[in-house]
Formats: sequence, structure tokens, C-alpha cells
Amino acid sequence: MPNPAALELVALSKRYGATTAVDTINLRIAAGTYCCLLGPSGCGKSSTLRMIAGHEAASDGDIILGNQNVTDLPPARRGTAMMFQSYALFPHLTALDNVAFALKMRGVDKITRRGKAGELLELVAMTPYAGRLPTQLSGGQQQRVALARALITEPQILLLDEPLSALDPFLRIKMRAELKRLQRELGITFIHVTHGQEEAMALADLVVLMNGGRIEQMGSPREVFNRPRTAFVARFIGGHNVIEAGSGAIAVRADKLALCPGQTEPGIAGTVTDVEYQGTFVQVVLKTEAGEELIAHLGEAAFDAAPVTVGDSVIATWDDTQAHVLE
Amino acid sequence: MKAAAMQENSARSSFIAWLQAGPLALVFLAFFVLPLLFVVIVSFWDYNDYQMLPMLSGRGYTDSFEGCLAELPGLCTIAKTYLQTLKFCAIVWAATLVIGFTVAYFLAFEVKSKEWQIILSLICTIPFWTSNVIRMIAWIPLLGRNGLVNSFLQAIGAINEPLDWLLYSQFSVILALIHLFTFFMVVPIFNSMIRIDRSLIEAAYDAGASGWQTLWNVIVPLCKPGIVIGSIFVITIVMGDFVTVGVMGGQQIASAGKIIQTRLDALQFPAAAANAVILLGVTFLIIAALTKLVDIRKEL
Repeated sequence: MPNPAALELVALSKRYGATTAVDTINLRIAAGTYCCLLGPSGCGKSSTLRMIAGHEAASDGDIILGNQNVTDLPPARRGTAMMFQSYALFPHLTALDNVAFALKMRGVDKITRRGKAGELLELVAMTPYAGRLPTQLSGGQQQRVALARALITEPQILLLDEPLSALDPFLRIKMRAELKRLQRELGITFIHVTHGQEEAMALADLVVLMNGGRIEQMGSPREVFNRPRTAFVARFIGGHNVIEAGSGAIAVRADKLALCPGQTEPGIAGTVTDVEYQGTFVQVVLKTEAGEELIAHLGEAAFDAAPVTVGDSVIATWDDTQAHVLE
Repeated sequence: MKAAAMQENSARSSFIAWLQAGPLALVFLAFFVLPLLFVVIVSFWDYNDYQMLPMLSGRGYTDSFEGCLAELPGLCTIAKTYLQTLKFCAIVWAATLVIGFTVAYFLAFEVKSKEWQIILSLICTIPFWTSNVIRMIAWIPLLGRNGLVNSFLQAIGAINEPLDWLLYSQFSVILALIHLFTFFMVVPIFNSMIRIDRSLIEAAYDAGASGWQTLWNVIVPLCKPGIVIGSIFVITIVMGDFVTVGVMGGQQIASAGKIIQTRLDALQFPAAAANAVILLGVTFLIIAALTKLVDIRKEL
């Protein structure tokens, strides 16, 4: 593998007519990082990925890979490779020939390219299926072939467009672990677009949360989860309550709320509207007098010590150190 | 109990399936399979100058190949005629394939909006608003001795004498056949093309394929079913055509279809039937060779 290189986006923008999909974003991704571009649909994450890949022309700004400005280069000359959302395997070619495709385009002879493709199929544990057509493979197998196909050009950066969205939940978690293992072993940068915060938190070294064409917050999953910068981040990343306090909004993690019966404690009063047993914790939903919804995740033991039922009036309290002021 | 109910259920659904396929199957049987069977039977009957004689005879065939052995290594009439027809067929097939593929590619990949694809496809059907014969006759004022093309070429001084190979020649026959049948190539190829997932083309581009490489390695292989279906249309029509060859060739050019027509005009039905069977056999061989290249049943 070539030396992995850092990627830098400088004031990158994408406009479609009057609408701005990506609005002057700046981002630096160190070599060998697993980066997740996270956000709701239409936030500009896919456009950003496609601009890095070279499948979409940047309206403004630069894409710098290593010490080369690749903004105007075609995809194959950037040192990137893309794995498509629906895998986009060539239906008329076997798994082996799909993987060998890029080498065939470079004029590599049949024996060499098939040998190399065989090695990559082995990397993704697909050797027994080398002779099959894509329609004869399951979704997870197709994905492995697509992964091998993207890796055959020895890219410095692998771009993955919602790679797990077509898989069932069980397979998704399995493939997720495999992507992470592969990235660790290869030591190259993966940029993975997803709208699932759970997926991003499980995989990423660097989470880039986007909204409305801008980067809302970036950092390690822990930083983003524990110090959400805005109410949008707190809501999108989940597990947080956004509470309007006198000086502004604050975020408190659902598992840091405590519930006290009666009306004496300082806190927010509310009525229990829902109690769900979730195994490792109990989720209690409150409706405050202001009509806001609060969610408390109580440990099973804590819940059993002071159980509540639907209709109870309770006070939600939290330690001041757990309250996090939002911008 | 449950198994019995399920069996009854599946028996019922297969009965319904037969009922759905039945009407067309009956039409095919009555108007295609049976007449074809009669043609094969009649081709083995005997005949004299004015009537057919229902007794087993190979005369229809032996008359058709009359003198073929004697004239070797030269070619007898039927062999020359078939060679001529095959030549037309090959040229027209190649031309309609190239033109049809190009038009289909333009419609499928260059025209981005669905509305324009529909509008342009409808424009392609305009020639079909008139009959075959009118479309052929329309060439005469264009290609004739004093037609537009000759007048124009003389006016600009490119030629002194009118070109007489423009009309009633092999050139005009091939031109008319290409004009008539290109659309039969466009439709199935277009149909294959619009079913190609656009992300495949992007994936090819991502893998470093140039435009031509994408065409040869992705688009053409995925269009194979359309190409074969279009080819079957064009080849079967051109192999059996006698009207276009007659009108555009000024009744001077022989074709496989023309032999059958001549025999029919002479009321030699068994001989006409024998030639029909020969033509069917030749066409069938070409198509069998084509389908060897692509398993259509698998691709559809």
C-alpha cells in the first residue's frame, strides 16, 4: 500500500442552481482515520463524499490529498476509490472479474489481474465465491465483493456511501465490525457516510456531524456525545434531553436524569407518560408542564428502588456538573 | 388437511395461469403452428403445371436445387439468390445495428429528461404513420435520374451525368431496408439500456475506465439481449422480404422471398412451400447462431 495521505477540504462548496448543498466547509482528516460523515438526509454529506470521490464537481474550494490538489482530477487519478450504496457490481461479470475490473481498464494482463483480484477476495473471505455472478450472492457477500473491488487500486482513501443501509440489522452489526477491522489492518483513511448515529459512534475516530450543508460539530464520538455544541447535535446524536433553562438551552444525558417523587426538590416537574423496560435500563418518558418531553434512562436497580407508573407526578433532577450549556 | 388445501390452492393457481396463457396459445396454434405444419406437408407434395397432387414427392426441393450439382464449382440460381439475400441481410444488419445502437444510446444516456425521451421516441415512429410501400415510393423523387440528389449534384458541378446507381440498384434496396428497419433495432436496445443502473457507469468511471472502455466493457455486454432481439427482428424481416427488394430493385434483383412469390404466381404451391421451408431453415440457423452468443431466456 502507498503511504496513506491526509485529506483536506478547503472552503468546499456545492451549489445546484439556487440551492446550496454544501456550504464552504473546511475539514482536515489525518491519514489512517476512520471518519464518519453523519447527518440527516439532505445535509450535504453525500455531496461532500461525491466531491471527494470526483463524481461531482466542486462549485468552489479545494480538495487536497497529501500534497496534491485533486479538485479537478478524474476519480481514478485521485488515489481514492468509492464503494457505492447499492454496491454497483457489474451484473455480467463474476465476483473475480468485478474485482479485477479496474486493473483490466489499466491494461494489466489477465493472469496478473486475476491473481491480484484473488488476493483481495481472500482479504474479504470471498474466495469460494469467486466464480459467482452478483445475482448469485447475498447482500452481505455482494458488499464484500464491492469492498474488494474498491480496494484493488490500492487507494489512499476509501469512500463508502451508506455502505450498511441495504443490510438487515444483524448483518449490519457484523459488517460494521468487519469494516473497522479492515480499516485498522490496511491503515488507510475510510470516509463513511451514514445517517445512523449509532453506526458513526461505533466506527468513527472522527465524527463530522453535518446539517444544512455546514459542519455542525466534529470530534471524537466521545467529544460529540458528551459535549454537544448545539441543540441540533444533542437531539441528533440521541440520548440527550434539551432543556430550556433561564440563561439558554442546556443538554442533559438521559442516563444522568434522576426522578424524585413529590414536588419538593428543585428540578422540572412532569407527569410520567410512558415506562419501557429495555433490559439494561428502564426508559421513563415525562411530559413537563411546558409540554416538553423528557426522557430518563434509569438503571434497573435505581428504578426498582423508587418505581413509577404512568400518570405519576415526579420531579426530574440532575447534577449541575452534568448540565451542558448549548450555543 | 392443511397440505391438501395447499395442494388444491396451487392446482387452482396453475389452472388460472393456464387460463391466462390459453387464448394467445390457441391463436398461435391456429394461425401459426397449423399453417406452418401445412406448409411443411405441402412442400412434400407433387405438382404439375396447374394443380398440386397430394402424394409424397421431393420434387418441390429437387426443382429448387435443379442443376446445383451439375454447375459446380459455379453457383446455381438458388445459391446465387441466397448469397445475394444473405449479403443484403449482413449489410442491413450491420448498418441498423450501428445506427440503432447509436440512436438508442443517445436516447438513453444523452437525453436526460423522461419527457424528452418519450417525445424523441415518438418522433422515431413518424415513418410508421405511412405504409411500407408509400415510404419506399417516396425515395423515387429523391433518388431518380432527375431526382433531387442528382439535380443537386449536377447543379453544384460534382457530376456531369446523373448517377444511375442511386435508384433500382442494390444501393437503393439496402438504403430502403435500413431506413425501414432501423427502428426495430432501436427499441429493444433502448429498452436494455434504460434498465442499466446508472451507478454502474459511475463505478466504471471510478475504476478508471474511459468512455470507450465503459461502452465496451459495461454498456455493450448489458445491451446484448436487446441487440439479439433487434437482430432477430431485422434478420427475419430482411431474409423474407420481397416487396422492398422488388420495388427498390426495379424488379431486377432476386431474393429468397422473391423465389417464393414467383412460384406462388405460377401456382406451384408445393415448390413455393419447399422454398419457404428452406428459407425458414436458413433463417433459423442464423438465429440459433445468434442465441448461442446470448442466452435470451436467461437475460430477459
